[in-house]
Amino acid sequence: MTAISETEQLRYISQQAADARVNVEIETEGMTLNLGPQHPATHGTLRIVAKLDGEQVVAAEPIMGYMHRGYEKLAEVRTYPQVTTLINRIDWVGSFANETSFILAAEKLMEVEAPPRAQYIRTILHEMSRIANVILGIGDMGVQVGAVTPIFFAFRDREYVLNQIEAVTGGRFHPNFDRIGGLKDDLPAGWVQNTKNSMDKIRGFCDQIEELMYGNEIFQARTRGIGIIPPEIGLSYGVSGVNIRASGVDWDARRDNMPHGLSYDKVDWKVWTHPDGDSYARMWCRLQEVREGTYIIDKLLDDLPSGPVMAKVPRIIKVPAGEAYVETENPLGVMGYYVVSKGDLNPFRVKIRSASFNNVAIAPWLLKGVYVPDIITILGSLYFVLGDIDR
Amino acid sequence: MSPILSIEIPFWGQTIFRSIGGLAAALGPAGLLVYIYLFKLMSFVQSRLGPMEAGPQGSLQLLAEVGKFFQKEDIFPEKADRIVFALAPFVVLMSTFLLVLVVPFGPDAWFVNLDTGIYFALAVSSVSVIGILMAGWASASKYSLLGGLRAAGQLIAYELPLVLAVMGVVIQAGTLNMQDIVLAQAEGEIFGFGGLGNPFILTQFVGFVIFLIAMQAELTQPPFDMPVAESELVTGYMTEYSGIRFLLFFVGEFATAGVFSMIAAVLFLGGWWVPGLDPDSNLFNIIGPAVLLGKMFIVTTLIFWFRFTYPRFREDQLQKIAWKFLIPISLANIVVTGVLKVVF
Repeated sequence: MTAISETEQLRYISQQAADARVNVEIETEGMTLNLGPQHPATHGTLRIVAKLDGEQVVAAEPIMGYMHRGYEKLAEVRTYPQVTTLINRIDWVGSFANETSFILAAEKLMEVEAPPRAQYIRTILHEMSRIANVILGIGDMGVQVGAVTPIFFAFRDREYVLNQIEAVTGGRFHPNFDRIGGLKDDLPAGWVQNTKNSMDKIRGFCDQIEELMYGNEIFQARTRGIGIIPPEIGLSYGVSGVNIRASGVDWDARRDNMPHGLSYDKVDWKVWTHPDGDSYARMWCRLQEVREGTYIIDKLLDDLPSGPVMAKVPRIIKVPAGEAYVETENPLGVMGYYVVSKGDLNPFRVKIRSASFNNVAIAPWLLKGVYVPDIITILGSLYFVLGDIDR
Repeated sequence: MSPILSIEIPFWGQTIFRSIGGLAAALGPAGLLVYIYLFKLMSFVQSRLGPMEAGPQGSLQLLAEVGKFFQKEDIFPEKADRIVFALAPFVVLMSTFLLVLVVPFGPDAWFVNLDTGIYFALAVSSVSVIGILMAGWASASKYSLLGGLRAAGQLIAYELPLVLAVMGVVIQAGTLNMQDIVLAQAEGEIFGFGGLGNPFILTQFVGFVIFLIAMQAELTQPPFDMPVAESELVTGYMTEYSGIRFLLFFVGEFATAGVFSMIAAVLFLGGWWVPGLDPDSNLFNIIGPAVLLGKMFIVTTLIFWFRFTYPRFREDQLQKIAWKFLIPISLANIVVTGVLKVVF
């Protein structure tokens, strides 16, 4: 390295100083953009405070709690069968799945087991609520990236599932059908064949949406390489469900941590993962889950055992003292209930671990440095339901 | 002054006719487009029925909607710049009405027969940017501001491919006059074969595609609807508008879609002329408007088909398409057209 003369050195320093002055002058003032609580993209009342530099996000923070309804506290003053009415409303687009893990936790404390037929039907309804939920998420992602048509297809074909859920439970959105020790009723006549037909329709929807949305170059340009969750970061934030499987983590509570009382182990099925971890991978995995769900339902319907759907349980349910934690793979991710009983009619304490709360918690990490339009696509691909965040 | 339909009409009479015709030519297609495409074709694509209650097949729904907007309160945000805020929709609409002036509907059925017609049209189409910027800035809302700035960036970026795509047509026709461009297509021939004339879509297909894409962006229709992206910016620069002023923006959007489609039809599809008929015949003064409307619907069907199917681009991707893709291709198109024009 050659030595530089003093004049050159001085010139260099003055140059640097001039550059710095210019940089100071063109430095722009940041802007804080408040997305929500009332905003078309937040499906609910999630508020995101984003500090912007131009259109780039410097920092973003989700603010939750605008829809907190205090279900954990309310559950303490209700009897066990009454709690299911409440927790139906946590994830309102796939509500049967909310009931499952609470009922399973109560069954675990009471040491009763549902008859095999009830377990099968429970699993089928659980998968159906997954389909009802995830289809809506896929359609909603279309709206987030600016295509209005997919959501109409989603609502159209979601009806097939909702009709089947209604036929067996009597409720389209809030079935309230799961009971400690089994189910309220048996399947109505002709339901099995109708359901198989509906599953065909759902597979048709999957093919259609794959062509319309996933194959679209603009959709891919908007989602590929955007919002990448590395597996270790995702796990440390507690991201679960499809969102973490799309990062290549091959873990599914249905297969690896299946609670007693469901029958996922009775049939063969595949856990879908994707190595990329970006928005596209998350949406792709969702679509595959819907398809896989239809196959699971078909196979379960094929070898549906006969028998009663309700075990022998006392009329007035008193759960013996103890505590139990049961988690299931819900449409949005892992959902668990920690139930503490003191031997009363009511649970002493219910702690709900809902999936969306943890899935959204990664947002500040994920949204740093992206553009404003990407906030929307990333949140859309994380797919949360606000009731599931705030409970 | 040339007579219309061989009837001598004094200048003031012609002026009145042409003014009424201009209003009808801008607003009529806008209403048709909203009903046919936004209400009915969109519903068909999305497997639903659309409006069915007001009138047969919901045909009076449009009147109901307009009536609804008239009833609504005209809200001004507290911190808005009231004068600019109030004027912005009119500036946007003004650009549409200026645009329709140069569109020819028949040999004599024109509003203004400018020698620099297409040049004028492309110039006044940019006036709407000012209106959108006014709306975005005066609303005193962050969504509006972002939307307005996005709109300005986008419209300026896509103005260039739009002009360059038209250049090919202008070179082939050898004139800027819209009327003469139609006549050039009617009297032209492709490599000695003149049976079909020469609708420039055949020889200027690249230009037509670029014009369509740039037009889609100029109209801020999906997939180029970044400025009004409803899922992130609510409705962009229109967020704070309500009632009659929102209606003006809305009318402006669809009227501009109609007028731009007419210009595309004039430039590339032969305008009011049909192959096989003498372009000088008086018949075209009567059927010309209908022919042009029919050709307009061909173009608008394409526009709205894209609108209903495609997701939207991100702002940077959008700019990339304009500067790295459309402009080089349209420049190459001009060069090729120029060379071929000299050779043949």
